[in-house]
Amino acid sequence: MDGQEEKSYVRLPWYGVPRLMPYIRPYRKVLLSMVALGCLSSLIDAVFPLFNRYALDTFVFGRDLSSAPAFAVIYLLLLVGFVMIDFVTLYWCCKVEINIGRDLKNTAFSHLQTLSFSYFNQNNVGYVHSRIMSDTARIGGLISWRFMDIVWNGSWLLFMIVMMLIVDAYLAMFVIVLVPVTAVIIVLFQRKLLPLHRKIREINSRITSHFNEGITGARSIKTLVIEERMEGGFFEETEGMKRVSVHATRYSSFFLATVILMGSVALSLVLMVGGGLTIEGAMRISTLSVFTTYALNIMEPVQGIIESISQLIQVQVNIERVTRLITTESDVADSEEVIAKYGDTFEPKKENWEELHGDVAFEDVTFMYPDGDENVLEHFDLNVPHGTNIAIVGETGAGKSTLVNLVCRFFEPTSGRVLIDGRDARERSQLWLHSNIGYVLQTPHLFSGSVRDNLRYGKEDATDEEIMEALRLVSAEGVVKKMKGGLDADVGEGGSALSTGEKQLLSFARAILADPRILVLDEATSSVDTVTEKAIQDAIATVIKGRTSFVIAHRLSTITDADEILVVNDGKIIERGKHKALMKQRGYYYDLYTRQFAVQSVEHAVTAQ
Amino acid sequence: MKRIMAQHKKDPVLTNGRFTNNREMLFYFLRGSKRYFVLSAVMAMLLAFSGLVNPRVIGFTVDSVIGEEAFDLPGVLGNAITNLGGREYLRTHLWVIALFVIGVALLNAVFRIFFRMGNSRGAETLLKTMRDDLYAHIIRLPFTWHGAHQTGDIIQRCTSDVETVKAFLSEQLVMLFRVGVLILLGIVFMFRINLTLAVITVAFIPVIVGNSLYFHRKIAKAFKIVDEEEGRLSAIAQENLTGVRVVRAFGRERYERERFEKQNDVFAASDMRLSRIFVVFWSIGSFLSRFQIFIIMFAGALMCAFDVISAGHYIEFMGINAMVSWPIRMLGRIISQMSRTGVSIERIRYIMNAEEETDAADAVPMPEGGDIVFDHVNFAYGDKGRVLKDVSFTIRAGETVGILGGTGSGKTTLMALLEKLYDLPEENGRITIGGVDIRKLKRSDVRAHIGMVLQEPYLFSRSLQENITIAKKDATDAERDEAVQIASLDETVKGFSRGYETMVGERGVTLSGGQKQRTAIAQMLIRRTPVMIFDDSLSAVDTETDEKIREALRERTKDATVILIAHRITTLMLSDHILVLDKGRLAEEGTHEELLARGGIYHRIYELQMQAGLEEEE
Repeated sequence: MDGQEEKSYVRLPWYGVPRLMPYIRPYRKVLLSMVALGCLSSLIDAVFPLFNRYALDTFVFGRDLSSAPAFAVIYLLLLVGFVMIDFVTLYWCCKVEINIGRDLKNTAFSHLQTLSFSYFNQNNVGYVHSRIMSDTARIGGLISWRFMDIVWNGSWLLFMIVMMLIVDAYLAMFVIVLVPVTAVIIVLFQRKLLPLHRKIREINSRITSHFNEGITGARSIKTLVIEERMEGGFFEETEGMKRVSVHATRYSSFFLATVILMGSVALSLVLMVGGGLTIEGAMRISTLSVFTTYALNIMEPVQGIIESISQLIQVQVNIERVTRLITTESDVADSEEVIAKYGDTFEPKKENWEELHGDVAFEDVTFMYPDGDENVLEHFDLNVPHGTNIAIVGETGAGKSTLVNLVCRFFEPTSGRVLIDGRDARERSQLWLHSNIGYVLQTPHLFSGSVRDNLRYGKEDATDEEIMEALRLVSAEGVVKKMKGGLDADVGEGGSALSTGEKQLLSFARAILADPRILVLDEATSSVDTVTEKAIQDAIATVIKGRTSFVIAHRLSTITDADEILVVNDGKIIERGKHKALMKQRGYYYDLYTRQFAVQSVEHAVTAQ
Repeated sequence: MKRIMAQHKKDPVLTNGRFTNNREMLFYFLRGSKRYFVLSAVMAMLLAFSGLVNPRVIGFTVDSVIGEEAFDLPGVLGNAITNLGGREYLRTHLWVIALFVIGVALLNAVFRIFFRMGNSRGAETLLKTMRDDLYAHIIRLPFTWHGAHQTGDIIQRCTSDVETVKAFLSEQLVMLFRVGVLILLGIVFMFRINLTLAVITVAFIPVIVGNSLYFHRKIAKAFKIVDEEEGRLSAIAQENLTGVRVVRAFGRERYERERFEKQNDVFAASDMRLSRIFVVFWSIGSFLSRFQIFIIMFAGALMCAFDVISAGHYIEFMGINAMVSWPIRMLGRIISQMSRTGVSIERIRYIMNAEEETDAADAVPMPEGGDIVFDHVNFAYGDKGRVLKDVSFTIRAGETVGILGGTGSGKTTLMALLEKLYDLPEENGRITIGGVDIRKLKRSDVRAHIGMVLQEPYLFSRSLQENITIAKKDATDAERDEAVQIASLDETVKGFSRGYETMVGERGVTLSGGQKQRTAIAQMLIRRTPVMIFDDSLSAVDTETDEKIREALRERTKDATVILIAHRITTLMLSDHILVLDKGRLAEEGTHEELLARGGIYHRIYELQMQAGLEEEE
């Protein structure tokens, strides 16, 4: 998580809005109409107090009720008009928010499909996921609502000032003068508040990880008898949270009180100056009344505008994250010539694709991960004729996936070449290569949907007969038969309706259905029962037959027949050869093997009993 | 998404527990914050009251200063003004009124600040109390509870449900009170001014609140659908990201994009449906409010024209009306939101009602040392089959004991019982330390006496230093270095550029399985417990290091009792005494030589392991 836990605050020119122009542009007409309607609604809002003035002048003091019906009708019509304008504006506001959010999500998601693995290695799933889901939603809300808030409040403020100036310019000056003063006060308070809010968010996420630690580490906490110590650390964090939050409220309540106080100051000025004028007869009571309304209302839009801006400041970070995701360039990309001939990720030109035989070769390959600082492969050569079985072994985290990543062109060599059927992998498109590779993961990954959908992942147009045949080959018909609805049965989110072993069998069937020339198997580390274990071993034997295969093995007993075993430690290949030869060396592989064998021997001895 | 999933699954009904109902628990949580909330409630009343002064001042100025109406003021204030010179004085000294307005405004500001500060202090104190209580409670719940519940779900309850409850008390409840006071006071003032106008205002309240309640029910329903659709979309993105290798390897980027865009449209459409309801609701509310204002204005003006009320009173009434109009619109929203809080409180109560680990009331002090005896121990997890079947053995103080057994043979259960992670039921035999039944000992004493290294140790997201010394805060550097050396972790530490300050755990560097195990060993060694359990905790360490660690242990911790669980005969063969477990039974027991001579399971395992070594020699 830490790698991506970047600044929660960035400063972009114009709050980052220019970067969003491509996504705003389709809605610019709607947005412009929203501005027009918003201004109109503010105008009506600013005019309403004048009706009050008319009522006072004509009905109350003038005692003339002849215009009353007309007054009522006009007022009500205006009211209905006002509500309808607001209705339309609000509706468009929602629409723009939702549509921009949707567009951004689509763009971000489909861009992600083209990014290379180094992106996914450097950014964890949770991080990328919230880029697609929550950041985009926040931006949508920003563009529509914050934008409209500024339009509404800005025009309301403007029209109120205009109305006051029209009604009585002299008295208006006393109110207007207070506006910039209030604005400055609000800005000063907001400046203090922003860093506090950031801090609160930071502490909050720390509190969540404390909870996580307290729950996942429960057993360790108990055996180490450190309940009180853990609790102490947690209480400190919540105390800090309380302190900062109360501190922030102190600012915000002073700030709010000041804004309202300024409204009262405006009112007192109106009463003093306006009252004097009225007594002198230079002003009507109705005008004084209207002015008291304006005075009490005028600080509201000022506050509204500044709060919107402060939200804009906070959303910059979301804009930055999303636009960076969208503009990230893949470090594994097909050249233009390749795309011209073979097509791209979404529009393949299958008619130009050559058949793949399955010869793989590493030629003087040196490789360093983009985020690494050390070569993990140096001048590495490996020749894998089609149909050969290569096993890669080593401890968890030792770097077993590196070779596979290069074969699949999830990464490209820093220097040297990876040859597929004798030609540099970069001469053909990624999709071409991937369409010929089968990949079975150690944590089998199924997608929510039916069994059929999942199996067809390997071959879009597979018939049920083909699917059943594939299932039979890996002895997984039982799994499907057991499920209600057979091939139509829902596997649940991430295949949650199935056991790990069953998911594994299905993922073998999926790989077989695709009938790939090159097969990559990442063997399961999680334990499954012995019957399933046997079924999986048989399935592996079946699927690798006749294909070039790379098996990342955890159970060494399963790979003793491999054509070549590569032993990886600390990211590097330290031993290579056939099983017997490696055992004779009495090196790292030997140690690894005997350690594993100890566990097995115990199980064997017990079951043999 | 997680949220919906969590709420779909109903918690089992708790019949007994600490809190019999939600209210009881809320009061318990409120123990440090009640006074702040009371303070803010008092301030809310004063605030509402002082807010009503402005319209009164305006009305008074219009009627009695500018106009000729009689003074309508409370006694003291009226007398003061009369003494000064009455209307004429005010007419020439309008600044007195201005000053009064500012004075009241200042008072209002003070009330407002105290109201908000009181509320915030209350809310934050409450939040802290809830979180602290939950955390302290959760880490003291029995281990079985943790095993039975999902981490994500518990965290959800401790974060967003807690926030919901806090918002309920500090925002909704306080807001309801404030809004209620404001409306009530406003209406009282209105009735003082004019009955007819006040009745019109009151008549509108049920209409506006009713509209709000009606729509909020619809909104809640639509919102649930949006939430579900978003969950589906979120799941597609999640699956795509976690399965990125599969997507790429099968070249299914296009399919994934179509799948996502399709659901994105569905989600956007559901969101639009929600927005439509919301916009209609908002517009109707806005219309009703403004229509009410119009009615008051029009009726008031007519009444003025017929001299039913004065112009000042009319203006004042309009002022009060403007002040209560927003609170009335808020009322429906607050009420409908409050109903949703019950679920969150219930979810928190479920955790709070789970029973913590307890010690016997008549707990006796921990014996100085002595033998550990398992006496006819039987054990089963819940109603599943027995994991331990009539196991009896003795571990003498200072002895090194090896335990060997296959998966599910009960090794770990044995140790968990000894460590009091699980309770041994009364009728299932007994375990004694120094002759005392461990049921009579305090958990913390037993765990302080018996250190244990888990097979898959958990490292905390802190520095290596903090992880190693976590159970002994005052450990000296020498103590730390010694533990690290015995655990053969010294080279690893040196290998890190930041040495002991290297961050490990979830947010730190990734340690290999062996490094983790060795860190956990150092973590335990530093505690210098009389008994040490290694629960298969050398499994990821290479043979050579395994030997080195055991050698160092033998030399440096001579007096300690060591219990070694392992699969490698070489790890166990030097133990004073070896136990072989098979499917919950103690199958064989003795020294390495004795067991070999017996020709049973141990012998067979030995043969197999030696053979594997030999075979490669040919």
